[in-house]
Amino acid sequence: MPAEGEEAARAAAETVARRSYGKLVALLAARTRDVAAAEDALSDAFASALVDWPAHGVPRAPEAWLLTVARRKLIDAARRRKSAAGAADPLRLISEELEAADAGEGRLPDERLALMFACAHPALDPAVRTPLILQTLLGFDAAAIGSAFLVSPATMGQRLVRAKRKIREAGIPFEVPGGAELAPRLAAVLEAIYAAFAEGWSDPAGTEAHSRNLAEEGIWLGRLVASLLPAEPEALGLLSLMLHAEARRDARRDARGEYVPLAEQDPARWDGALVDEAEALLSRASRLAGTGRYQLEAAVQSAHAVRRRTGRSDWTAIEGLYDALLARTGSPVVAVNRAVALAETRGPAAGLEALDALAEDRRLAEYQPYFAARAGLLARAGKHPEADRAYERAIGLESDPAVRRFLERRRAALRAGPSA
Amino acid sequence: MQYMLLIYEDDAERVAHMDERMPTCAAYVETMVKAGIYRSGDRLRGAGAATSVRVVDGKTHVVDGPYAETKEQLGGFHVIDVPDLDTALAWAARCPSASRGLVEVRPIWPR
Repeated sequence: MPAEGEEAARAAAETVARRSYGKLVALLAARTRDVAAAEDALSDAFASALVDWPAHGVPRAPEAWLLTVARRKLIDAARRRKSAAGAADPLRLISEELEAADAGEGRLPDERLALMFACAHPALDPAVRTPLILQTLLGFDAAAIGSAFLVSPATMGQRLVRAKRKIREAGIPFEVPGGAELAPRLAAVLEAIYAAFAEGWSDPAGTEAHSRNLAEEGIWLGRLVASLLPAEPEALGLLSLMLHAEARRDARRDARGEYVPLAEQDPARWDGALVDEAEALLSRASRLAGTGRYQLEAAVQSAHAVRRRTGRSDWTAIEGLYDALLARTGSPVVAVNRAVALAETRGPAAGLEALDALAEDRRLAEYQPYFAARAGLLARAGKHPEADRAYERAIGLESDPAVRRFLERRRAALRAGPSA
Repeated sequence: MQYMLLIYEDDAERVAHMDERMPTCAAYVETMVKAGIYRSGDRLRGAGAATSVRVVDGKTHVVDGPYAETKEQLGGFHVIDVPDLDTALAWAARCPSASRGLVEVRPIWPR
């Protein structure tokens, strides 16, 4: 039955696409550095698969089948370009890549890490690195990526095209850097992955499929890097951080879908298996040399996770960790979190004093958590009119309706009586 | 650059909840004012109050109702002045109506 065969072929192609897209792009682009051409060839190969597989059955090694067809398309395209522009030698590069891949005998080499390092290269605009990784490793289209990052699809498409041209024309290498280069370059890769995760994380209800997906894809990329670089403590630290956050996804909403802040979450609703995995990763990372930002942030989450046993976050530890993070990053976001920790260890006045010191920082002018933290501490300090104004700013800056409702309830309680 | 944020929502639902939603909307506008980007904006009465005029071959036609009879109708607008489209999109996402209906972001033709 052709309809059924078509269905099976489509399903098989989609499975390979999801599992192997990045692997195939990485292999196809490794020598030529031409990511756009590799993607075009691969998408042609998927189109061929949808014609060929229903008729002849799904091949035994679908990944290798796609690679062979995509290579042929790549060579055809390179020939056309060569005759058009008299260009150098992409054909030789492609056949080199072909031999290298065939030497693996069925098991395709994994060039994905090299592709990620190319996508997060310092020569590329930091804002395009995450989108580029999402596109080349996971096959997301420009519209989906643009939507997640609040950028119009056309703009995102142009940025991606420009970045790929830069990779090709500037000769950005497809390799994992060694020695002293590794740490700073890895930081850029991890930052790009974390940005993908954070985008998905900002949709706590998981109402938008693509956002929810991004958090999962971020974890998937984090697992990939941690498995390919198991001795890099920051790679483990980032995965630990993401798993801690992911473990709390469901606890951030109550039965009616209302927002529940971390301090009010029921630890029993955290995903225990994910927390355990996060803790194990962090302890593995701590035995390796080199403490960094992600381990410190994961340690903060770990200090919250102790609530599973003690019922209270370890605020003293959290304050110390934010001190260390602030010294390392100078980030105003870290400074806000540190102020919140100070309020727990030394009282709301100390927290407010720390927030006041940040009032002139332009980078916080549109940062909702700064105003929400301020409002909460002002309310605790009995400064109700000021708290009310801070809640107003926080409400105006929030885009998640559930969080907005939460802030409005706090603001209303403040107006209702002094017990707020 | 100036952008107009055109707010489209379920018209009957919007009109029915106008008062209770006012404080949230006010917080949003006040925040844009504080950010120094706000130019103007207003709420519109329901589409039931709309009248459409068209002149064809010199003859004026007046029709009771909005341009198109759809469930979601233009319910209000904000004009903001921000450096680029990305910034305008970020502010549009904060509009309370964006989570109920849709906010169209349009650059204003420069004078």
